[in-house]
Amino acid sequence: MSAETLEKPVEKAVKEPLFSKRRRKFVTDPLDDDNPVTIQVLGICSALAVTVKMEPTLIMSIAVVFVIVFSNLIISLIRNTIPGRIRIIVQLGVIATLVTVVSEVLKAYNYPMYKVLGAFVGLIITNCIVMGRLEAFAMGNKAWDSVLDGMGSGFGYAWVILTVSFFRELFGSGTVFDFPLFEKIGLANFPTNGLMVDSIGAFMILAIIIWVQRTRNGYVEN
Amino acid sequence: MQRSNTYILVFTAIMTVIIGGILSFTSQFLGPAQKKSIELDTKTSILSAVMQLSKKDDVLGIYKQRIRSVVVDYNGNYIEKDRKGNPIVAENVNILKNYKMDPKEREYPVYEYMNADDTTQIEAYILPMYGAGLWDAIYGYVALEKDLNTIKGASFGHVSETPGLGARIATQEIQERFKGKTIFDENGNLVSVTMLKGEKKDPSLFGPHEIDGMSGATLTGKGLNAMIKNYLGYYEAFIKKNKHQ
Repeated sequence: MSAETLEKPVEKAVKEPLFSKRRRKFVTDPLDDDNPVTIQVLGICSALAVTVKMEPTLIMSIAVVFVIVFSNLIISLIRNTIPGRIRIIVQLGVIATLVTVVSEVLKAYNYPMYKVLGAFVGLIITNCIVMGRLEAFAMGNKAWDSVLDGMGSGFGYAWVILTVSFFRELFGSGTVFDFPLFEKIGLANFPTNGLMVDSIGAFMILAIIIWVQRTRNGYVEN
Repeated sequence: MQRSNTYILVFTAIMTVIIGGILSFTSQFLGPAQKKSIELDTKTSILSAVMQLSKKDDVLGIYKQRIRSVVVDYNGNYIEKDRKGNPIVAENVNILKNYKMDPKEREYPVYEYMNADDTTQIEAYILPMYGAGLWDAIYGYVALEKDLNTIKGASFGHVSETPGLGARIATQEIQERFKGKTIFDENGNLVSVTMLKGEKKDPSLFGPHEIDGMSGATLTGKGLNAMIKNYLGYYEAFIKKNKHQ
């Protein structure tokens, strides 16, 4: 603790509560005003690829939250030992390890999902959100703050892709979590929309989400 | 801060060892569970060619009771030993490895689906297949009734066909369309079945060897046709041998 205080003399001497206002912002900001997908427009590739159905999307969200939180934590813990010149490769190493572990666990305990998501879980390594948070936040902040920041970005990513997948599955396949919603409410003939199953559908829904969000937040293009 | 080269090298070495250790531990630790889930997956797809399985079904139990697996060669003869002289197990035959060999040299597994009450009576023959879709490999199982002419059911999978288009081969909707189709014409020639271009969704419009197509996925359909036709050809000797029993 003393070493940490020496490093950053501006830090308050009194112990900050675990969920102080400043820390709560780490989690809440990326959910809306600083959302990684809709504002920073990162992680679009997987937002398009895995959102055809809700179940794989949920698994993907959990995987991303796990990877982002733990890589943030690990990098933050070792940030003072990482040599600056190879920091990117160190970050990549940590992310790739976590992603491989997730992928192996999935293969062992949920093989059908592994088959659906296989390649995309691997691609979390290249998800700009994860690396962006490591480089921009975890390299310069303490462990707990970094965990909160990871959660914020992870959940910010998760709610957007879950929303996208909800509409894509509903209108593309007429189901929600494979539950035939339209059929159950007496609309057996509801026509499914092929566009929604295609990546284009994800773009359209994503754009609508951004539109709604910007209108609500009064965003003005400079 | 700038660190010395030695520091960087030592750091990298330690990191590599730690990461390597974690990864090999994970792989070792999860290996048995993975093997089990792959086995379950294979047996599920074999069985789903002849029956609808729900998540609750005891797939391994049903498989053990109903499936008798054998391996045949190109000439339709049963083979007991693999190329190295070891006893051959149909489930372990690697279809991809065989795919790369000359068809005449391959090992062909046949999964015989036995009657539930009398397990000496064969009810259907399930034949594994492998081929090329539009983007990557497609594979599956086609089950023939005991007349070895009528298709009892089919289950297909794919590596990366387009979601919503070619990927539909993995859906029940498409697989249902194969049921009841026949692979031999009146003269006893193997004609296989052909998925047509376009989608009409009216089963009555199609002949005994024709299958309604998938809108927007004609090329995947072509790959599927080629796969089925090829493999029925490879199994033709076996089929003809067992047809009139």
